Amino acid sequence: MDILNSLISIIYYVFVGYIALLLIYNLAKSKNWKEEILYIVILIPFLLRLFRLK
Amino acid sequence: MKKGDIIRKSLLGLCGLAIFVLSGIRFYQHRHLPEPVVLGEGVTAVKKLGDYFPDIKGTINDCNLYFLEGEEPGATLLILGGTHPEEPAGRLVPWLLVENARMRKGRLILVLSANRSATTVTRPSGAYPTDFTIPTDWGGQTFRMGDRWSNPLDQWPDPEVYIHYPSGQNLAYVDIRNLNRTWPGRANGTITEQTCYAFMELIREEKVDLVIDLHEAELQYPVINTIVAHDKGLEMATLVSMMLSDMEGFSMGSEFSPKNLHGLSHREIGDHSDAISLLFEAPEPFLDATRGITSREQLLEGKDDFVVKAGKHGLLFAPIDENGWPIKVRVGRHTSTILQTMECWNEYYPDKEILCENVPRYADLIENGVGYYLKDPDKADPDNVIYE
Repeated sequence: MDILNSLISIIYYVFVGYIALLLIYNLAKSKNWKEEILYIVILIPFLLRLFRLK
Repeated sequence: MKKGDIIRKSLLGLCGLAIFVLSGIRFYQHRHLPEPVVLGEGVTAVKKLGDYFPDIKGTINDCNLYFLEGEEPGATLLILGGTHPEEPAGRLVPWLLVENARMRKGRLILVLSANRSATTVTRPSGAYPTDFTIPTDWGGQTFRMGDRWSNPLDQWPDPEVYIHYPSGQNLAYVDIRNLNRTWPGRANGTITEQTCYAFMELIREEKVDLVIDLHEAELQYPVINTIVAHDKGLEMATLVSMMLSDMEGFSMGSEFSPKNLHGLSHREIGDHSDAISLLFEAPEPFLDATRGITSREQLLEGKDDFVVKAGKHGLLFAPIDENGWPIKVRVGRHTSTILQTMECWNEYYPDKEILCENVPRYADLIENGVGYYLKDPDKADPDNVIYE
C-alpha cells in the first residue's frame, strides 16, 4: 500500500506540474486581461503544492 | 506579441508571484516555527519516538519523549499531548509538566507533539490562525496552531474509505490521517499508522501502566467534559470524576470506551497492551461549527456569542456563558484531572505508586494563568532548551 501511495503521489505531482505549465502557456497566449488575472489566481495554489508549501 | 501585452502580462505575473511568495513564506514559517521547551529539573532523559521504531526515525513524526524518573520506583504513566494539535490545551498541559513537574515515585513519559505532522498545518478553508501566543511575564511564547489530521504534505492520498487495521471497520476516508483513529497502528502502514505503532512499541517496551490522551472538544459534541475510559480503567475513572467534583470545584463525567468503535486510543491501547487507557476532554468553543470569527482571541478566551446562542437553543452538551472557556480553565481542568488520576491510581495500586509534585492545579491556573508556568527559553541554559 505504501508503494502504491508513493506512486500515486508522484503521478499527482506530475499532474500538478503539467497543469501549472498549461496555465502558464494559456496566460502567455491569452489576449484578455481578465482571463490573465484568472489564470494567475488559479496558478497560485498549484505552485504552492508543487513547491510543497501548502 | 505586442509590447503592451508583454508589459501587462509581466505586471500581472509579478503580482501573482508576489502573492505566491508572500503566502509561501507564511506557510513555510508556520510549518517551521520553532517551539522551545525549557527542560525542568524533573526531566531525567529526552528520547525520540524513532528509538522505539526505526521506520519513524528522522520523519516529521519522530517526536520528542520526555522522561521524568522518580527517586523511588513506581508505576509508569504516559501522557499524550498533541494527538489533535488544533486542541491547544492538549499540548500546553504536558508542556507545563515538562517545565515544572518533579517525580518522587514512579515515572512520567510526556509527549508534546504526538502527531507532529498535524502541528504544521491548519484546516483547509477553516481560516484558522497559524499560531497563538500565551502571554507571560517575560513577553510571551508562541505555539504552532495545528489540525486534527496529519499534513497532506506528509501523507497523501487518502483512500475512498479508510479501512481500520486490524479491525477492518470502515471509517471516514480522512481519518486515515487522524492519530486518534489509527491505533494500534501498523508497522508498514501510513505515517500516521506507523506513529501509533511506534507509540505501542514504546508502551510495550517501557512497560507503561497508564496512558492518558489529552483532548478538547466542541460544545456541540456529546463527548465533552469527561473521561473516556477503557474497561480496565472505568472504575478508577469514575472515582476520579467523583473526586474532581468534590475536591477541585468542577464537574467531570466518566464514560466507557465503546467496544465497537475502533482506532481510538482509549479502546485500542487498552486492548493491545497491558496499559490502562484514558482520554480526557475539555471544552473548546473554537471548534464549534456555529462559532463566529475564528481568531486567536477566540481560541484562547473561548468566548463566542454564536455558541452562546446555540446553547440558549439547547444545542450544546456543555454550558457556556459570556465568560467563555478560557485556556487557563481548560488547561487547569486537565492538570487537576491528571493529578486526581495519580491519587486514585495510588489507592488502587498502593504497591506501585505515582507521586508527582510542583504541578499547578485547576485553582492555581485560574489564579495565575498558563503563562505564569512557562519558562523563558532566553534565560535558560541552552543545553536545557529543546525544540518541538
